[in-house]
Amino acid sequence: MIGAAAIALVVAIALMLVRALSGPTLYDRVLAVNSLGTKIILLLGVIGFLTGRPDFLDISILYALINFVSTIAILKFFRYRSFQVSLTRRGKGGS
Amino acid sequence: MGYFLGLLVVLVALWLGLSGEYTLTKPAIASLGTVSIILTTVLAYRFDILDREGSPYGRLPQLVAYWAWLIVEIFKANWTVIKACLRSNLDINPALVKVKTGCESDLARTVFANSITLTPGTVSVEVEGDKILVHALYEDTAGPGAFDEMDRRSREACDGKGPA
Amino acid sequence: MIETLIGYWDAFRPALGSALLLVGAVLAVIGTVGVLRFPDFYTRLHAASVTDTASMTLAVVGMALLAPNFATVFKLIVVWLFLFLTGPTSSHALANAAHTAGLQPLIGRVGKEDGGDA
Repeated sequence: MIGAAAIALVVAIALMLVRALSGPTLYDRVLAVNSLGTKIILLLGVIGFLTGRPDFLDISILYALINFVSTIAILKFFRYRSFQVSLTRRGKGGS
Repeated sequence: MGYFLGLLVVLVALWLGLSGEYTLTKPAIASLGTVSIILTTVLAYRFDILDREGSPYGRLPQLVAYWAWLIVEIFKANWTVIKACLRSNLDINPALVKVKTGCESDLARTVFANSITLTPGTVSVEVEGDKILVHALYEDTAGPGAFDEMDRRSREACDGKGPA
Repeated sequence: MIETLIGYWDAFRPALGSALLLVGAVLAVIGTVGVLRFPDFYTRLHAASVTDTASMTLAVVGMALLAPNFATVFKLIVVWLFLFLTGPTSSHALANAAHTAGLQPLIGRVGKEDGGDA
């Protein structure tokens, strides 16, 4: 049953890859890669349980961190065309 | 000081849980953990992020109670989107609506906008002052008054009823 | 009495965990199908958020029921908390970036009359 879950996740990853390759806009691709990352995090955990080595969860924590940072970095780069821009609030904030 | 202690406690708990060294019998690993925790707190202090947003653990009970309510809402909203994904003819009605929020502080506003995004079927697109631009999969799920309860609950969880 | 209950629970736990894991994986497939079928970037964002919330939560709870010791459960809690906190942030960043770049969302009823597009 865990194997079936792993196969379903692999199918989901393959389908999401179709969207990442064929996405009409840049944002579709970034969305697909981000969602792909979430599924890969789950798949890493499932592989860990499938092989009886839950230490794989350390890798999936690391993947979650990298996935989030890479999404934000890609979006920032395509918005400002540079990484050397401050991301602090431009307008006036709340309190 | 309270923020500093909160960050320290959370970091120590995180390190103990992730390393699995509860007994501290290996001095090399324990000293590495101590050094990394001290480095992190010193860096947080130097970056000047030790404030209510950098270490929001003072209102943890209220936030956890809010999350429990939010998770139930998320599962209810998921069902709508799952049905929309599986229907043979695509019957959706996307809309952009402006939602006004009564949240005063930045933290409450962030929690409210994140809750909107976290609920499938609605995504907060832009935050301008006290108005949030929301894109919804179905127009009637984001009608007037649809977010009033979420707004009230996130405000109470972050700011309390009295002055924050 | 208590011991028999714990025994039942220990016998039942792996089955429940695998079932929840399978439901989570199937929900991931459903969310992906939605991402492939929906007509427009903003609507695809909604389909992707099914994977980010329900599927992820169910799979993590299932894995926590399968976990052999508390350290694994703690790591799963860390994974869940991190995904739960950063998922909406990246969704909002995506939507905001697309909106700022001028991508217009599709508004109004889609695909009601001509049954079976896609």
